[in-house]
Amino acid sequence: MSTDLIPLSEEEAAVSGRQKAARYLVNHPHLVLIGVLVLLIILTGLIEPNYLSINGLRNSALFAVPIGILAAGQTILMLTGGIDLSAAMIATGAAYIAANQSPQGAVIAILGGLLVGFLAGAANGIGVGIFQVNPLIMTLAMSGILLGLFTSWAQTIFSGSTRMGDFIRTLGGGSFFGRAIPWAVVVWAVLSVFVVYMLRRSGFGRNLYALGDNPAVARLSGTRAWQVLIIVYTMAGVFAAIAGLLLGGRVGAVDLQLAGVFLLPSVAAAVIGGTSIFGGIGTYTGTILGALILGVLQSLLTFLGAGQAVQQMLYGSIVIGLSWLYTRISAAQ
Amino acid sequence: MSEEFLLAARGVAKQYGPVVALRSANLSVVPGEIHALLGANGAGKSTLVKILSSVIRADAGAIDVHGVEAALQKPTDSLAAGIATVFQDPALIRDLTLEQNLRISRLTKSDVLPWLERMNLGHIDFDLQVADVPLAVLRLLDLARALAHDPQLLMLDEITAALTTDQADYVFELMQEWKDRGRSVLFISHRLGEVLASCDRATILRNGADVAHLDLAGVDEGQLVTAMLGEELVEELEEAGTTQETGPAVAAGARDRKERPVVLELKDVHLRDKVNGISFELRQGEILGLTALEGQGQKELFQALSGDHRPSAGELLVKGEPLRARSPYDAIRRGVVLVPADRQQALLPQRSVRENLATPLYNSAGGWLALAGDEKERVDGAVARLDIDVRAGSQAQRLSGGNQQKVTIGRWLAAGFDTLLCFDPTRGIDIQTKAQIYDLLREVAADGASVILYTSELREIQLVCDRVLVMYAGRIVNEQDAATATEESMLSAAHGLKEVPA
Repeated sequence: MSTDLIPLSEEEAAVSGRQKAARYLVNHPHLVLIGVLVLLIILTGLIEPNYLSINGLRNSALFAVPIGILAAGQTILMLTGGIDLSAAMIATGAAYIAANQSPQGAVIAILGGLLVGFLAGAANGIGVGIFQVNPLIMTLAMSGILLGLFTSWAQTIFSGSTRMGDFIRTLGGGSFFGRAIPWAVVVWAVLSVFVVYMLRRSGFGRNLYALGDNPAVARLSGTRAWQVLIIVYTMAGVFAAIAGLLLGGRVGAVDLQLAGVFLLPSVAAAVIGGTSIFGGIGTYTGTILGALILGVLQSLLTFLGAGQAVQQMLYGSIVIGLSWLYTRISAAQ
Repeated sequence: MSEEFLLAARGVAKQYGPVVALRSANLSVVPGEIHALLGANGAGKSTLVKILSSVIRADAGAIDVHGVEAALQKPTDSLAAGIATVFQDPALIRDLTLEQNLRISRLTKSDVLPWLERMNLGHIDFDLQVADVPLAVLRLLDLARALAHDPQLLMLDEITAALTTDQADYVFELMQEWKDRGRSVLFISHRLGEVLASCDRATILRNGADVAHLDLAGVDEGQLVTAMLGEELVEELEEAGTTQETGPAVAAGARDRKERPVVLELKDVHLRDKVNGISFELRQGEILGLTALEGQGQKELFQALSGDHRPSAGELLVKGEPLRARSPYDAIRRGVVLVPADRQQALLPQRSVRENLATPLYNSAGGWLALAGDEKERVDGAVARLDIDVRAGSQAQRLSGGNQQKVTIGRWLAAGFDTLLCFDPTRGIDIQTKAQIYDLLREVAADGASVILYTSELREIQLVCDRVLVMYAGRIVNEQDAATATEESMLSAAHGLKEVPA
């Protein structure tokens, strides 16, 4: 028998019901998120009864899809202690190339778009993993480089069509089962299964948590950080490209401002879902709930007549407020 | 004993989530005494120290300083009340220089220099970054910083753990001086010999509560151990035979070992200017001890062995084949694994015990696609073999120091290895856990693995090792059979006095 940490005796455990409930919720944060989501849906329904219909909910879902997919990239990077500030620009670039190549057929268009994400993500990964550039700096700089490249390419080698092909438009904005289920949601669901499996059930996922929690331990355990980081940044780049294709498909025409407004909510979704910006803590299921909450919030704000400006301010406030709250909770534990 | 207490803690309690760290602890310190705070790992010593230094807040209880209840809310409150602490892990910011660190605590070089000179550290370069300074020096600097605040009560949490014998002697001298000035010291150590030699009274914690308050005059180590662990546990330990015997059987083993295959060989290994030509052989099933004063190149030697740094010259052979590691992975793949000195380098604090133990299973792409099918068995096996207490196992940072150390060793039990490199694995942990670690090292050696054990505690050499090497100035200056090695002979070699080439 060891004399270490002693479990509570019964009288010690007899804390007030309120404290117990609070502790239970702190240990099961997803319940809180589901509660917030349901409350928001009900609130939105009270303000606009038409919202509680397949049409209304589908709109929220469609808005949540690009956030959720971009936030998949942010989540896996934040777990390693990184972030991707170029995600929105990668998404825009991928959509732009896909639109530009749409006349060559859907396959070329999609592959072209994904290639943008692959290359930009791999470059981020090489910068962070091999040259040990700080992730904020690396991806912020990458965002600037991509904006410059696409601005000049739009007038030169990739001038021409900015209209997305029909197949991608169906994928981004179309639905099936009598318009109940958007195809984009199916894409997101498939990607979610992949990411959740990776984080919960794969050895690669363990490396992400280890790198973010204590890189020295990962190194002494034999993990070569550069390998993991190149792969995970490349993955995040491809996720961003997928988000860009779906978003471009929904909008129909692509310009270089396409995904810019989604950068902040992609970080916000991960933070709402409980992923620590310092790495080592977080789940993608939390992020999915975060993205859905933001999707409903967007519908609510639209019904209230608040525009993009108000939404962005709100996302910023959410990120700041929750970062503060999570720091307090973990300090109190 | 004076009626007037310098410090009186009454019924102090603290819990983290579901885990009770302190149930109800009472502690009183009178002016002009050296008071020991004793207890096994997880008894609550560090928690109490953190509360007294206002790093964390107690859930219940009161703390009086000079008879007046003190509101300890933020660390400066304790300093203002005349309590200064040297923590188990130096409270210094790694990326700043020593001088910048001093400035953060509103001190200057001239405040600490008089103390450092007494510790033979007057020459220290204050522009060095904390990360580049040996742990022992940092602890002494931390001590000098605490002394510079001129506290009424100086709290020393495991200060001697990383210190060499001569450095520890300075600390004891200072403690005595503090006492002679009518001030007090609260001394925490697992080394009971030190406690009996230097302390006046002791408060003993067990399971988060004080179980004994002793006057130490006329008390022996056995009585302290019994008070710390409780009667039953001591009997259990004695039955388990952890009181080690060395004798003819060991000597016979030594002859046998010389015929076993060499698993690791160093040929004239150099690393920067810290390791200056080291050669030795490690045989299968052997526990090779290594000892040295602080900063003699032992850290760098372990970096070279573990693949953390490539030697600048010389050759490392694993089972006869050269090892030129680009990263620890290359050494691990060849079966050479490291248990590092610094637990902050050895734990994933926010992850579960299970994930901590399983980390090496996934260090190459072959293990990435899924979790290992035998992960649970491997992890459970290591937990059982080391008797790791996993009740607080959802986050490794909630474990006590001894359990954390077990996790860092258990990681390699789960992953498998041929040669285990242990750098001071028992630093700052209680005797019960130490005994478990000694047993484990002997078991893995008996099962055919090899161990290199660096230790600053000379007693461990005789307890655990087959053979001992002494390092001085980056070279091996002495080699002895551990069964016959004496502390005097190792100490004089470690000071470079008798230079006997190995």
